Amino acid sequence: MMPTKSILKNSLKALLATAALVAGPALASTHALPYSFTPDTGNLASVQRGARNYMSYCSGCHSMRHLRYSRMAQDLQIPEDLLKANLMFTSDKVGDHILSAMPSDAAKNWFGQPPPDLTLEARYRGADWVYSYLLSFYVDSSRPLGTNNLVLPNASMPNVLWELQGLQVEKTAAHEGEAAHHEGSPFEAVTQGKLSAEEYQKWVADTANFMAYAAEPGRAQRVSTGFKVLLFLFVFTILAYLMKREWWRDVH
Amino acid sequence: MAIVPNPHKTTGFLGWIDDRFPLTKLWKDHLSEYYAPKNFNFWYYFGSLALLVLVNQLLTGIWLVMHYKPDAAQAWDSVEYIMRDVPWGNVLRYLHSTGASAFFIVVYLHMFRGLIYGSHRKPRELIWIFGCLIFLALMAEAFCGYVLPWGNMSFWGAQVIINLFGTIPFIGPDLVIWIQGDFIPADATLNRLFSFHVIALPFVLVGLVVAHLIALHEVGSNNPEGIDIKKHKDPVTHIPLDGIPFHPYYTVKDVVGVGVFLMIFLGIVFFAPDGGGYFLEKPNFTPANPLATPEHITPAWYFGAFYAMLRATPSFAGTQIWGVIVMGAAVVILFFLPWLDRSPVKSIRYKGPIFKLWVGAFVISFVLLNYYGMQPPSPTGTLISQLCTVVYFLFFLLMPIYTKREKTKPVPERVPHDAH
Repeated sequence: MMPTKSILKNSLKALLATAALVAGPALASTHALPYSFTPDTGNLASVQRGARNYMSYCSGCHSMRHLRYSRMAQDLQIPEDLLKANLMFTSDKVGDHILSAMPSDAAKNWFGQPPPDLTLEARYRGADWVYSYLLSFYVDSSRPLGTNNLVLPNASMPNVLWELQGLQVEKTAAHEGEAAHHEGSPFEAVTQGKLSAEEYQKWVADTANFMAYAAEPGRAQRVSTGFKVLLFLFVFTILAYLMKREWWRDVH
Repeated sequence: MAIVPNPHKTTGFLGWIDDRFPLTKLWKDHLSEYYAPKNFNFWYYFGSLALLVLVNQLLTGIWLVMHYKPDAAQAWDSVEYIMRDVPWGNVLRYLHSTGASAFFIVVYLHMFRGLIYGSHRKPRELIWIFGCLIFLALMAEAFCGYVLPWGNMSFWGAQVIINLFGTIPFIGPDLVIWIQGDFIPADATLNRLFSFHVIALPFVLVGLVVAHLIALHEVGSNNPEGIDIKKHKDPVTHIPLDGIPFHPYYTVKDVVGVGVFLMIFLGIVFFAPDGGGYFLEKPNFTPANPLATPEHITPAWYFGAFYAMLRATPSFAGTQIWGVIVMGAAVVILFFLPWLDRSPVKSIRYKGPIFKLWVGAFVISFVLLNYYGMQPPSPTGTLISQLCTVVYFLFFLLMPIYTKREKTKPVPERVPHDAH
């Protein structure tokens, strides 16, 4: 049987090598975002701050029509009185979904299209995309609202966070060459916002963490269940193997 | 009128049943006295695992249908309702969506086992054909199910697949409208695909699985040696000397396989249900929008190979139908495998190096096709896909020649080594 086995093994090796060759460039060629970010939905304080940011700065225009205030409060351990006082601006019923007060038709007139629902944005485009997007508004006088976005060119959304971040412009080609060594940012600040660059990045990270939570509120529960399930299966499989070995003793 | 006592001499409640229904007979015929070769190896786990995944799909499907709304205006919201408001709804959905991918992985490995050990050869041709029909029904089932969440990739996937019928000369365009029930995939389309997904195709699938197993238990299982164990039976008991009862030997063995499989499967379900964007694709996390085409329309990964063949086939004489024909032929040709293999031996273990090289080339081509089917079109991708399509078909079309000519090793009379 050895030759067959070794041929199978060799073909398997060849196959894996081919797969690795093919998959390598594919993984590298995903859309390059100016900033990298890995969401941490386990950081409760950050997700809570993100909820505050979202409700204060985003929810005026962007609904999260699949997320209920009550579910958010429960998952993020926010007491009902604090929830009602600080996070609910369009409804007084905690069981309601998070809906923006902006009329859709009017929004379409103002911006060309109504602001999209953001419940699943972090799963649709990715939390890293959200993070980069919120850091990538820059001054562009050719646009009707005076700003553009590097990640979503010609975005119809105005730079609503400029007060926090300050204004920035794209680095020119000449600048870019020398700056590339020091930092990865394709922008340079023109005015100073309420927050320092570092504080603003943290603010955006909190917001992106909250959006990653909102895109899948059941995540924490499935992960914790997963550990129990795998622990059970591990013990089960060992016992099943021992039983199999016992039964097969008389097979020769 | 007295009834004839059952031949198993069972008494009590079981005896009462056996006098009226062949319960003990079924148990013996299919489990405790179904003699399977003692030398099944790793590859033989995937049959029972396919059954396990089928049961998973049926059970999780029943509970998903309790909350899902087959309505273009409500489908998307109802899926998010399942994900958020239905207790354990997210796990139910992930079990079902991951189950679809697992089904194809398990079935592809199961078919590969049949291919290398000659499990399709006489007298098991019908088992193979039922299996190919299961594969076909599974593809239809997976396609219909993929459309149901009514995400944007669901919509555009439906658009692409249904429009394949539009390539048929003369009747094509009208046929597409008839299938869709509208000019684009819409509410009527969603409703009929739902009907196929939860009623028609599951019936067909389960029926074919039963036929597959009845045919298998009629002729008996093949084994990695390709030796017919029925040739050497105990002269008194008529039990094959190299056979062991399926129950308890293979039931306890398959339970170990189930444990290992579930660790991988549930590991994905609980820790990475997106499957790196392959099991649940990012563009499907936004609702169907006929006005916004996704950047790249890709099929689910398990259709990648067939989609690559479709794209790799150039249009000719003013029609795209050739790609559809090539894609269809790639599935149809599987049905003829039992008659394409002319080797005097069944198992790859006794075949020569040329067959092994062809199998290797076939597997590499299939994997590459799957890969390029999921990539945006590129000249290199098209060229490699064309090459791999040719290898895929040559593997089958030249099989009568290279299997007949090649020298094989003598097959022993009895299963030569000890089991385990």
